Amino acid sequence: MNITEFSILTFVGSLTAGFLGALTGLGGGVVIVPLLTLAFGVDIRYAIGASLISVIATSCGAAAAYVKEGFSNIRLGMFLEMATTFGAVFGAAVAARVSTHVIAVIFGTVLLYSAFLSARSRAPATPETEDTHHFLPGSLRLDATYPGAQGPVSYHVHHIPTGFSLMFVAGTLSGLLGIGSGAVKVLAMDQAMRVPFKVSTTTSNFMIGVTAAASAGVYLNRGYLDPGLAMPVMLGVVLGSLLGSKVLISSGTRLLRIIFAAVILILGIEMVYNGIMGRL
Amino acid sequence: MNDKNPAISDARIDKIIGNLLRVGVVVASLVVLIGGGLYLKRHGTELPSYHIFRGEPSDLRNVQGIMKTVSSLSGRGIIQFGLLLMIITPVLRVAFTVVSFIIQKDRVYIGVTLIVLAVLLFSLVGWG
Repeated sequence: MNITEFSILTFVGSLTAGFLGALTGLGGGVVIVPLLTLAFGVDIRYAIGASLISVIATSCGAAAAYVKEGFSNIRLGMFLEMATTFGAVFGAAVAARVSTHVIAVIFGTVLLYSAFLSARSRAPATPETEDTHHFLPGSLRLDATYPGAQGPVSYHVHHIPTGFSLMFVAGTLSGLLGIGSGAVKVLAMDQAMRVPFKVSTTTSNFMIGVTAAASAGVYLNRGYLDPGLAMPVMLGVVLGSLLGSKVLISSGTRLLRIIFAAVILILGIEMVYNGIMGRL
Repeated sequence: MNDKNPAISDARIDKIIGNLLRVGVVVASLVVLIGGGLYLKRHGTELPSYHIFRGEPSDLRNVQGIMKTVSSLSGRGIIQFGLLLMIITPVLRVAFTVVSFIIQKDRVYIGVTLIVLAVLLFSLVGWG
């Protein structure tokens, strides 16, 4: 297999990942690294570098559409970015020091967790009326409104320190594994901070690109970003997610989600297994 | 948002940011595509070796080096420049957000956003 054939194959694989990721809302980034390492035998550090670029691209593409809708909370996003960007730089620094086997095992574990999360039925977070008052100054102005059917709906942001700490973890995972960590971000905002679902999804999307950019800078400096590999991956994911966002399927999406979750589950098991066996 | 300024400036900033992100993705992808074409034309028949980790040469690791390889029309250099544009797009977005908080005179968030911007620039420029 020469470079042209290899590029075509990775392009098609990335296109499929981006397409399914956008269609199911699970994000394609999470399957890029297992695809490159398990199927194509790419070194995990190169794979993570290429994956980070595709994560930035999909996040920017989607955020461009979200910005105008008025759901994303820029203040909340920026405030939490402090945690995720520091975490990302920390995670990228850790990635340079631990063995690739360890990275593979952590990656597999995160995949298993993502599969578990997406398989669970997505119960909308019940907004509790109990008012937790936090010790952080009101000048943070994190509470905001989002456009509802009958005008703006206001919401309160809970448990800010917990959410902030979880975001540091999300950032670390992003820098260590080259993924968007959308699952951890949504967990922090949905469960801990109890932000409305649509707000947490769009805000976390806004944050993913910025977090990945912080990691990608470190990967670039360390020489983990290979242009020959990143080229087909980035182009494939960009085109795939663009196509995925244009296709409107209502009935088939649930089945697709289950299939995609199953794929993530299998990839997770493979990553953990190969990591432990020392093959990745 | 709960700012006191008229909605016009906010909506305008949102529009600029939306366009910035879209243009960033499109331009970066086109540059990567052009570089990729050149790269495959020159090296397409060689064998890939991504299973062995070597790390990139220093010219593909930093902004100055990438600019140098771009001017020599190296396919890999042009792709790397496109990747750099992709990385810079969210950084520009954060920079624009600083501007929007300056317009809103929101001191706390000017500070917050500048911290985020500093981390991003620090990671991109390197550890010195």
